[in-house]
Amino acid sequence: MFRHPERLRSAYDVAIIGGGGHGLAAAYYLARDHGIRDIAVLEKGYIGGGNTGRNTTIIRSNYLTPEGVAFYDQSVRLWQDLSQDFDLNLFYSTRGHFTLAHTDSALRTMRWRAEVNKHLGVDSELVEPRAIATACPHMDLSCGGHAPVMGALFHKPGAIARHDAVAWGYGRGADQRGVEIHQKTEVIGIETKGGRVTGLRTDKGNIATRKILCAVAGSTPRMLAMVGMRSPITIHPLQAMVTEPMKPWLDPIIVSGSLHVYVSQTARGELVMGASLDPYELHSTRSTLDFAEGLASHMLDLFPFLSTAKVNRQWAGMADMTPDFSPIMGKTPVEGFYLDAGWGTWGFKATPVCGKTMSHTVAKDQNHTLIGAFTLDRFANYQLTGEKGAASVGH
Amino acid sequence: MKLLPCPINGPRPVSEFAYGGEYREVPDPATQSDAQWADYVFNRTSLPGVKKEWWYHIPSGTWFIAERDVQADRIERAYLHSEE
Repeated sequence: MFRHPERLRSAYDVAIIGGGGHGLAAAYYLARDHGIRDIAVLEKGYIGGGNTGRNTTIIRSNYLTPEGVAFYDQSVRLWQDLSQDFDLNLFYSTRGHFTLAHTDSALRTMRWRAEVNKHLGVDSELVEPRAIATACPHMDLSCGGHAPVMGALFHKPGAIARHDAVAWGYGRGADQRGVEIHQKTEVIGIETKGGRVTGLRTDKGNIATRKILCAVAGSTPRMLAMVGMRSPITIHPLQAMVTEPMKPWLDPIIVSGSLHVYVSQTARGELVMGASLDPYELHSTRSTLDFAEGLASHMLDLFPFLSTAKVNRQWAGMADMTPDFSPIMGKTPVEGFYLDAGWGTWGFKATPVCGKTMSHTVAKDQNHTLIGAFTLDRFANYQLTGEKGAASVGH
Repeated sequence: MKLLPCPINGPRPVSEFAYGGEYREVPDPATQSDAQWADYVFNRTSLPGVKKEWWYHIPSGTWFIAERDVQADRIERAYLHSEE
């Protein structure tokens, strides 16, 4: 799909740390929209091998704050044309997205979200149980009697996509425009002088650069330590699993905050499922039986007939969580060091808009207007952007 | 990590415990600048390595300190706060 450059050159206009969807998208839009092509993308593993290839691929914009809705809505718009843009099939599939409410308070939050969404032009509404039964006749709406479904937030543009192809599409597009993608290249130090970035050290050699974009999800605190910065980010594993392929039966995406489940059926017929974060800090991608058991039992509350379905794979990614469930993006106190982080459990859907806004921010050395509510200094100013109520499950 | 050594009850399944976050000294609010106070309120270390943490054994209501390797997920020591 792309070239494998032999060695690093001694200098680049921009260095991007992290060859996941976000880093590659930023490289792509820097080259395509801003004419900056002298870029090295540095990836310690392989392209899309981190959280880009570990998420459950759900795309939606039914958030809670006006800033969040505007941002994610722009992303959904970009997603819809991306296959054409890349000339690559992303298997982008608009399914409709139901967030189930099992309690009065959940129903109230859904109503709030629906009204915020509608006000901002996002297709989102509160629906009754019978609408869910029509779209998903296989669901036990009583959940075995102990957590009956009282309604749902329905988000028609909710979609899924093939996550690997997103990394490949952005990577290939960037590569064709002259960006160098260096896999198996780990950043081991960042050089600054007088509060300004001057270069970085990798295990394959040193490079000089005046602009660094850091897009490394669970490794963000380690990169920040290299430039002497602290942040509110904490690292927790987020696990997921997938069943054996089966005939298509589940068209919409189903989410239940109370049962800690989100599930969709892929084009291959597998059910991709996720749940809450692991309950304590851990810098590891290990999986646990506790997680598989808990998620399976909640899946059976919704879909009892799956009791004979087999789980094929289970995995984890390292989620960089923030206190307000919004990302940390934009310029930092270190000049020339740009951050695209704090993407916790909600980063995949934002890949295109992150590439767009971060490429603008890096090229112009000015935060894009869409990310104004996501800057690092919002914490010191006590101006948080609370999106916890729009997280798919209670974490 | 499947078992956690409670200083009162001995090794118990991890499902009996709640995580209380990184152990941090509370700075004196009267002498802190706004920036220092915001740093205390929001910022965390979040680096791999051995870290002092608060843990809570739910059935017996015991808060205690555990020194845990947050990359290997291994407890090095666990003790009551008063035994520090």
